Amino acid sequence: MKKTISVIYIAIIMLFLYLPIMALVVLSFNDAKSMAVFTGFSLRWYQELFQSRMLMYAVVNTFSIAIISSLIATIIGTLAVLGLSSMKKKNQDLILAANNIPMLNADIVTGISLMLCFIILHIPLGYCTILFAHITFSIPYVVLSVRPRLNRTTDRLFEAALDLGASRGYAFRKVVLPELKPGIVSGFLLAFTMSVDDFIITYFNRGAGINTISTVIYSQVKVGIRPSLFALSTIIFVIAFVALVVVNRNSDRKGVAFNL
Amino acid sequence: MMRNNMARRTIGVFMIFVMLVGCMLSLSSCRSGVNGEIYVLCYGDYMDQKVLEDFEEETGIAVVLDTYDTAEELYTMMSNSSAKYDCICTSDYMMEKMMKEGLLAKLNKKNIPALKNIDDVYMKKSAEFDKGNNYVVPYQVGVAGIAYNKKKVSAEEVKSWKVLWDKKYADEIIMPDSMRDAFMIALTKNGHSLNSTDAKEILQAEKDLIAQKPLVYRYSNDAARDRLVDGSAAIGVVWNGEYAYMTDYNEDVDFCVPDEGSEFFIDSWAIPAIATNKEGAEAWINFCCKAKTAATNFDYLWYTSPNKAAYKLIDKEALENPAIFPTDDILARCHSLRDLPQDAVDLYADAWKKVKAN
Amino acid sequence: MANKKWASPFIIWIIAGTVIPILSIIYYGFTTRDGGFTFRNITAIFEHDHIQALGLSLGLAIASTLVCLILAIPMAMILKGSKFGKEGFMIFVFILPMWMNFLLRTMAWQVLLERAGVINSILGIFGLPPQELMNTPGAIILGMVYDFLPFMILPIYNTVSKIDDHLIEAAYDLGANKFTVYMRVILPLTVPGIVSGITMVFIPALTTFVISNMLGGGKVNLIGNIIEQEFTVNSNWYLGSGLSLVMMIFIIASMLLLNKFDKTGGQSLI
Repeated sequence: MKKTISVIYIAIIMLFLYLPIMALVVLSFNDAKSMAVFTGFSLRWYQELFQSRMLMYAVVNTFSIAIISSLIATIIGTLAVLGLSSMKKKNQDLILAANNIPMLNADIVTGISLMLCFIILHIPLGYCTILFAHITFSIPYVVLSVRPRLNRTTDRLFEAALDLGASRGYAFRKVVLPELKPGIVSGFLLAFTMSVDDFIITYFNRGAGINTISTVIYSQVKVGIRPSLFALSTIIFVIAFVALVVVNRNSDRKGVAFNL
Repeated sequence: MMRNNMARRTIGVFMIFVMLVGCMLSLSSCRSGVNGEIYVLCYGDYMDQKVLEDFEEETGIAVVLDTYDTAEELYTMMSNSSAKYDCICTSDYMMEKMMKEGLLAKLNKKNIPALKNIDDVYMKKSAEFDKGNNYVVPYQVGVAGIAYNKKKVSAEEVKSWKVLWDKKYADEIIMPDSMRDAFMIALTKNGHSLNSTDAKEILQAEKDLIAQKPLVYRYSNDAARDRLVDGSAAIGVVWNGEYAYMTDYNEDVDFCVPDEGSEFFIDSWAIPAIATNKEGAEAWINFCCKAKTAATNFDYLWYTSPNKAAYKLIDKEALENPAIFPTDDILARCHSLRDLPQDAVDLYADAWKKVKAN
Repeated sequence: MANKKWASPFIIWIIAGTVIPILSIIYYGFTTRDGGFTFRNITAIFEHDHIQALGLSLGLAIASTLVCLILAIPMAMILKGSKFGKEGFMIFVFILPMWMNFLLRTMAWQVLLERAGVINSILGIFGLPPQELMNTPGAIILGMVYDFLPFMILPIYNTVSKIDDHLIEAAYDLGANKFTVYMRVILPLTVPGIVSGITMVFIPALTTFVISNMLGGGKVNLIGNIIEQEFTVNSNWYLGSGLSLVMMIFIIASMLLLNKFDKTGGQSLI
């Protein structure tokens, strides 16, 4: 009985989460341009997607910004966590509080404040300003993902390794980093996801001619979204889905629990 | 062995990084055509993609197109110079404002020989704020009007803007989500000028709009056309250019310009003063004025084209349809929006905020 | 084990990316169009329209956060006790929708909720009357819950999954019934996750403008909409900055208050 209720509950929530996505997938095959009617099955939007230079650039921009900003944020964030651990507690707390600000701030405030800052300093808006903004809001996520992994146990293991004769560098690489790794990986993935999906901050900081998938979508919201965007999202979704299945298969086999 | 692994991984990551940067750079240089590129900012979904391709084929200049929703947004982008565009398209009153503030560059008409294709009627209307036609070139024109579902609303009723306040159609009405356009409707209904700067008239319009709000299904600019197509709404305010789109999908939709008058607009091309590729932009404007381009755009947009040379290439049936090409008596009762002094605009902005907040 | 200096790129980034922008927004917030100093951009929050929008935003944000909480806690408990085996899979299933752009997902609700949309069509098949779902505050709450639910489920699930089953067993052994076990053992241990979840839902919900644009039909004006309009349409960056500053202080204050509940002080994200 309890099991059935659980299953039903999960099923309802899943339906809730995936219903709009299914609707989009269906619409990506719609023959009509209008979202309001479904006139027939067609692959024309997929065709248009690959022929559209603007969309292809938006895709490249979105993912290149995501990868680069996440990589840089992960490096800076991890170094930060390590550096912070050897600071006085008071300083640590102060810096961590400052670290939380981009996360606590509404997207709109972060985006606008960065834009104003660029304009006051006469920095032209463009690819690099978007990159800077993304790194800025990604670093807190990395710090907060890695930091819990660096606890006293790690400290003691490091000391133990030193006691056993390892050099500092070796001990660090072989003992500390593996401990941190799940945090680093999840920090990176989180930063990546946040970056790909970001809209507001990119919207305010982008400048002429640079678009990410999100800004393209928003620019079409008022006019009526071209179904080629549905096609794009369907493809991304399918890729993510396949990746999920593959990763899960792998982790199952190795018996590694995916630790968030 | 371990050190090799570590080294290998670092090199791997580094290589991916390099590859990405390389990809980025190569793609960004791919953006420009053989002869460079121009950055164009235009209303959303306002031209046939084919036009961009044809232009690049003919001139070797690639077009990087950005879109936006309301004229006020464009003004914000232009006034803080945060983004550099070579060519922009926006409505008459915003062009007027930017001209006054020196944000536009004078056109070198020698580079735009196809300018002669534009109908004199529209060139004259444009000259009302652009004396000598030195700054802007008309692109699309049209009027605002009421789109309605013939089955639910009679043709008689839509002859007046008052139908939008009719309780019979509660929750079936779509109003424009744009300050000047929404106020145009209320002011015209009350018999006032759509360019009124009189605080009392604006206040009256504001009260009317607030009173109307419960009857409004949603505030939407172009998306109104979809709601009329799927029948969610019975009446909406649209530009006459949407007529063809709506009737294509739903034969029950019709269009009418109320007797009290309405808004006439000219959307034109202009070149910002800070543009970097002025020649490219002028080549673009010239290309848009060609008969063939205008006809291609017409086939896609079905908005009223001011290009008389293109008329030869346009279906006679379309030319004679008053919804697509408004007749003279319709045009006679329509007026253009003008740029208003800042304190008047502030009045409108405050009033619009009150309308949205209530 | 590490050098203090390793944190320096981070500190530089905080200064460049957070401190200076906030100074910029403070500058704009206290200036007028003509360059003079003023408090009016800040006190503007008390003007009727703004207060109304703020009140509406608060109401909707609190409602959405509560709904998310109510939906997420049972979900986390079910997942914890699940013999589904593939726990990682279940979590991924919640992250997966985030890979479909959130603007589009929100847009998709338009397709479902519109008068002539999918849901009403299905109701029509059963002979039920069409429901007025769009352009209401309810639609916006739905949109918010939809967009932010995964952010509530994940932190709570993370905390719940770390609860040692032995503790629960011990409680049962000591004679507690299900309710007591939940209230006295599980819930207190879940608090850090709940606090995390609330933070990740309440703040975006309070300040969104996208959701109210798409699902509110332009009729529901939230404080996020007003700020966005000041920047994009009204070109009044000064007022917009003033309002943003007020929002920022408001949010930081409420988060500080909320953190008082998290006695563990654990700065864990998820």
